[in-house]
Amino acid sequence: MRTMLRQKHIATTLLAASLLLFAAGCKKKQPAPPPPVTAPAPKPAAVINSFTAEPSTIVRGEASTLRWDVANATEVTIDGGIGSVPARGSRQVYPTSNTTYRMTAKGAGGDAVGAVSVSVTTPPPPPAPPPAAKASLSERMAKEVQDVFFDYDKSEVREDARATLQRDADALKAILNDFPSAVISVEGHCDERGSAEYNLGLGDRRATSVKEFLSQIGGPADRVKTISYGKEKPFCTESNEDCWQKNRRAHFVGVQ
Amino acid sequence: MKRTTLATLFGFAALAAVAYSQAQSDIVIKLTGGTKKVIALPDFRGAGASAQYADLFNRTVFEDVQRSGMLTMAAKSFYPLNPPQQESDLRATPEPAAARRGEQPQAPNCNGRCLPDWGGAPLNANYVGFGYLAEQGGQLAAFGHLYNTAVPDVNGARVFRKLYNAPLTEDGARQMAHQYAADILQQFGVPSLAGSKIYYVSARSGSKEIWVMDFDGANQKQITRFGSITTMPAISPDGRRLAFTTYSKGQPQIMMYSTETGRFIPFRNSQASMNATPSFTPDGQQVLYASTISGYAQIYIAALDGSSPHRLSNSRAIEVEPKVNPKTGTDMLFVSGRGGLQQIYRMNMDGADVARLTTGEGEASNPAWNPDGQHIAFAWTRGYAPGNWNIFVMDVASRETVQLTHGQGRNENPTWAPDGRHLVFSSNRAGGSQIFTMLADGTEVKQLTTQGSNTMPVWTK
Repeated sequence: MRTMLRQKHIATTLLAASLLLFAAGCKKKQPAPPPPVTAPAPKPAAVINSFTAEPSTIVRGEASTLRWDVANATEVTIDGGIGSVPARGSRQVYPTSNTTYRMTAKGAGGDAVGAVSVSVTTPPPPPAPPPAAKASLSERMAKEVQDVFFDYDKSEVREDARATLQRDADALKAILNDFPSAVISVEGHCDERGSAEYNLGLGDRRATSVKEFLSQIGGPADRVKTISYGKEKPFCTESNEDCWQKNRRAHFVGVQ
Repeated sequence: MKRTTLATLFGFAALAAVAYSQAQSDIVIKLTGGTKKVIALPDFRGAGASAQYADLFNRTVFEDVQRSGMLTMAAKSFYPLNPPQQESDLRATPEPAAARRGEQPQAPNCNGRCLPDWGGAPLNANYVGFGYLAEQGGQLAAFGHLYNTAVPDVNGARVFRKLYNAPLTEDGARQMAHQYAADILQQFGVPSLAGSKIYYVSARSGSKEIWVMDFDGANQKQITRFGSITTMPAISPDGRRLAFTTYSKGQPQIMMYSTETGRFIPFRNSQASMNATPSFTPDGQQVLYASTISGYAQIYIAALDGSSPHRLSNSRAIEVEPKVNPKTGTDMLFVSGRGGLQQIYRMNMDGADVARLTTGEGEASNPAWNPDGQHIAFAWTRGYAPGNWNIFVMDVASRETVQLTHGQGRNENPTWAPDGRHLVFSSNRAGGSQIFTMLADGTEVKQLTTQGSNTMPVWTK
């Protein structure tokens, strides 16, 4: 409505001016009247009141918060994948390297641009993982290969140990295949009752029996060695049959 | 027969004769009884800087004499209050009638300064040893005496008088005490153990290593430092070489060490998963051991450096612990499972004439020759559950046995002292495994170690 009135007013003014010119052409020139004071109001330009990044330095993986306040804008955009945003607001950003965020605020009377930078520092690298092969060799030995147990003063592979050794043979082959430089150590152990000296010989027999059995059923043989610990490295130190049985064993260890 | 066996074991004809007269049905001969001489050993006092070592000196003398088992210790509480320190302190026995200002109308009493004070009731000591310590020129000096209380004349009663010198240190005091005790014991035909050493295994450092100590438990020193498992020491007859079994290079192997230089001596191990339980021949020129070269652990002999190994036993059984007769050098003991559970066997050096020595009952292990070549000490579970070892002594010729420990813990690895009268062994009777000595009749038991776990003792001169 206001615009309409203003247009009518302009038209009236123009008409009056042309009439005056016509009249002047007819008559002797008269001084022109002063121009009208009502010049049209200028269109307002966009203004960026503030545009910050807090904190301005982050460690990679952390967030920085962009905050802005823009006036007179018809459209506000921030680059760096953020896009169109309201005139006032905030946004968390996760830059992975030093990044400058540019803001463009468009206004009817002009655009405004601003920029903030976020510095990204890289954290020190974590320690190198432990030699993966070794850890996983012992892990796999523990998980896939079972020890076998013996009767007192005996080194023959027991009936219940045969099935175990069948499974062990397959597992050991697979493991040796995956670890080409590994060897398997079969440790022979004894309970505390026999003499330490005799048990060295007995532990050796137990380890050898297991190695020979594995070889007979087609298990690995080349890369299997034996060692007798007699009663020097017991798994259990109580003086009862439960404990003694635990100590009368052949124990498998992977050696890189 | 039994009495003969044991009497020869201790080798004291006079005592054996007395032992005969004792109606003892028990096979264990006691060296005790009214037959033993009684000795009184009043404490030495020390002058000046020597005073601080008097306790150690007195304790050491007393223990050495007591451990010998050859003398009865007179009850200290009956000792006279004023013992002599030097010869001039001794007075001739006063006449009973002599007026001592009328104070003592009964038996003469010089409060310790007359020999009857010691020889009479209630002490009844046959001998009295006295003296004192002093510092002389920065050295420790001991003036030691031994007197026979039965001889009326003071001068005639003197058995010996001797001056001892040693550094002014604890070691010096101990050394002098051992010498004085040895001189006393020598009067009764007892060879001295002073200077003898015991090698053993201790885990007190965190791993089993070879250690050494004096025969009375003093001066315990670590020898090996492998941080592995190092065990089963053996000592050459001259005491110069120590052999043992170690895991320091992976599988159990034998290593050799010079006790003189403190260095390792090369020993070539046979290609085998196990070379263990070494021992020396009596001439010290060869080593016997158990090896799995051919499969089962079997007995081998090799040169001192491990070269030229030669198999001696031949069975499909576990055989360990070869021990050559120190007297003859022609036969040996070993432990074998050839007949079932482990037992002790003997055979000739060429492997012939194998015979089982133990009855087959229980399990038997750890054979050790007495220096006489006729008796052995060993560990046996006969009469007990598996693992409950006791120390036995056997006369090899007759196969007669005497049991010396009786179920007090597990008692293993006996070896003889150079005197052939004492044994050292390990026992867990006091909790963890510790090392003890005893007389070969099972008495005079003394604990030598307390720190950590201690096993596998061997006694050497």
